[in-house]
Amino acid sequence: MQAILLGLVPLIGGGLAFALRSPFLRRGLLLTTAITHLVLTISCWTKTPEPLLGGWLALDDIGLLFLTVVSFTFFCTAIYAVGYLARETTGPKPDVVEGFLFRNEPESVFIGCMLVFLAAATAVTFSQHFGLLWVSLEMSTLATAPLIYFHRHHRSLEALWKYLLLCSVGIALALCGNFLLAVAAFDPNTPHVGLTVAELSAAAPSLRTSWLQAAFLFFVVGYGTKMGLAPLHNWLPDTYSESPSIVPMLSTAMLNCVFLGILRVHSLCILKGCGDFSAEVLQLFGIVSIVVAAVFILRQRDFKRMLAYSSVEHVGIITLGVGLGSVGVFGGILHAINHALVKAPLFMVAGNILRGYGTKEISQVQGLFRKLPVSGTLWVVGFLAITGSPPFGTFISELTVLKGALDNRQYLMGAVYVVFLGLIFIGMSGGVLRMLHGQSSDHAARRRSPAEPWWSVVPAIVMLGGALWLGISIPETLADRLRAASLAIDVRLAKPQALPMAVHQVPVVLFPDDEAFWDHHATE
Amino acid sequence: MALTFDLLLIICMLLNLILLGSSRLTAVIRIASLHGMMISVLPLLLPDHPFDFRLLAIGIITLGVKGFVFPSLLTRSLRAANVRREIEPVLGYAVSVGAGVVAIAASFYFATRLETPIHETSKLVLPVSLSTIFAGLFLIIARRQALMQVVGYLLMENGIFVFGIALAHDEPFLVEMGILLDVVVAVFVMGIALFHISHEFDHIDVAQLSQLRD
Repeated sequence: MQAILLGLVPLIGGGLAFALRSPFLRRGLLLTTAITHLVLTISCWTKTPEPLLGGWLALDDIGLLFLTVVSFTFFCTAIYAVGYLARETTGPKPDVVEGFLFRNEPESVFIGCMLVFLAAATAVTFSQHFGLLWVSLEMSTLATAPLIYFHRHHRSLEALWKYLLLCSVGIALALCGNFLLAVAAFDPNTPHVGLTVAELSAAAPSLRTSWLQAAFLFFVVGYGTKMGLAPLHNWLPDTYSESPSIVPMLSTAMLNCVFLGILRVHSLCILKGCGDFSAEVLQLFGIVSIVVAAVFILRQRDFKRMLAYSSVEHVGIITLGVGLGSVGVFGGILHAINHALVKAPLFMVAGNILRGYGTKEISQVQGLFRKLPVSGTLWVVGFLAITGSPPFGTFISELTVLKGALDNRQYLMGAVYVVFLGLIFIGMSGGVLRMLHGQSSDHAARRRSPAEPWWSVVPAIVMLGGALWLGISIPETLADRLRAASLAIDVRLAKPQALPMAVHQVPVVLFPDDEAFWDHHATE
Repeated sequence: MALTFDLLLIICMLLNLILLGSSRLTAVIRIASLHGMMISVLPLLLPDHPFDFRLLAIGIITLGVKGFVFPSLLTRSLRAANVRREIEPVLGYAVSVGAGVVAIAASFYFATRLETPIHETSKLVLPVSLSTIFAGLFLIIARRQALMQVVGYLLMENGIFVFGIALAHDEPFLVEMGILLDVVVAVFVMGIALFHISHEFDHIDVAQLSQLRD
């Protein structure tokens, strides 16, 4: 029942949003759907939904984690979107950057597509069948397209075209991966093996290695394009910088779901015994993404693009973590959650800055603390969180990924990882700190500026608070799910591992000199 | 049956070459439509496979979508865009056809090297599908007109379809319909984007879509 409702509520809501005439009702519908979805998702934590369609739709631990991220991010985004849409005027208006006149896309299309996107993302987290997973991912890609083109002008159109073409090609390659997987599972002498995770896992030892590896490569390249893994990330900075902040916020939650597609094939490879191959591919894509992101962040002059490249970096960290195996898998998944909690608020704040200053150039923004005090503070806090400073959750997860590298004795990989994270910290701090002080060109803006109404900062504060909470202490229920999820992905992880669960445990885990600590973790 | 099946595959491969060498957009749309029609018949002609309702439905729906819906959609956006031909491709037509021929040779080589576990539907399936996917990707990269890129995407889809229908014909019906639906929506969205590009820029030349960069 929960599963059906989780999918149908946003889908019906989306259909209604296209039909409703009154903007007031439509925005109410968006909020109601978001709240209903969040409540249903939370109910899944206590009672696991029944599998549907003969096991094609079922919620496992990793699905539940990512569903929660999507639902919570969507809820916060919906609050932001209602305020955002109420402020947008319907007539022609000047572009904030270049000054020409343009119109908005109809609001009904925007809200309708947001809700269809939510339905598709929910379907992705539930999909246990590779074909169904593909169909839902493609649906979510297409539902995002109208969101990117909300402001109808030439820059967003260019971003839309790049997004559509690159992601469509990527997803078509992933479809090829699906067929290759079907070939890998085909054996004329045994009964037909369907493309569900359960059936394939059971038949994993008899899968054909070379076809499985080919399928894995196609999946990584295909879904990696949609995730923004370098060097397939070209659409991402353009799309993130030219669309309303709502798109990158939703997209950040979505990239976890896309990663689910890669994770499921990766775990098949591990079961088959070619896990080393898939792990190496993931490590390679991960570290290349981090390096490429660092290069572009260091010379970035546009703050929205800077955040976009930071997304490429974090996708890299997540992929690298899972590729490293052992505790890295745990770190990678935890990082996926942390990243969504931190990146969405940063884009919210970036929207406020763009609104307040009318520019995306870092050098044109000065005196952020004076002009937009709340946004300015959130900008700094968000910067510290996204670069993985303690005591935020990102620190724990990035450190766990590093521990994964060191446990594997991949010291060179660990060194490259740390050096480039450091470079990214330097690059981002240069941009962010320059924006905070100095003379704001607008001296009259002492009073609370209309550029930062409550709906644009409260969701950001809540999400960053969540990231802080995950840094100070990970709740035991969440930790259990994370452990179960990492175990389901990487069966080699069967031994209980010592993991930092809070900032104050980090030194103990990294430098354990206390035998009792190990015994405690081993018996847990 | 097997002969017709192979004949259709060969025609598809030749159509790829024609597409790689054409500059007139109306002709390109027509050839792409013909290509779609050819591959939509394939599921009905599968050798050693009993005729069933599922394959018939897939064939008919594919025929309708790829043979008629897509071409009319593309023709409409072409009329709105008011362009007739690709002016300056990134890579010339002779080079494109040459690359297509090389790709066909390479596909045959790969296909003989690969060990297909599935009983051979036809020896041509794998090379044709690989070379079609390549031709589609090539069109996306080597052409400046947005419409050509959409045709490239369609061609790539056709290549994957050939692969799927011949090697993985145990896919559940629901999934196949989902895939087809997604492709339809994708082309529909691309068509709308094309329409907007032609209005915004007075052309559909993606070389002009180059303001966003680092």
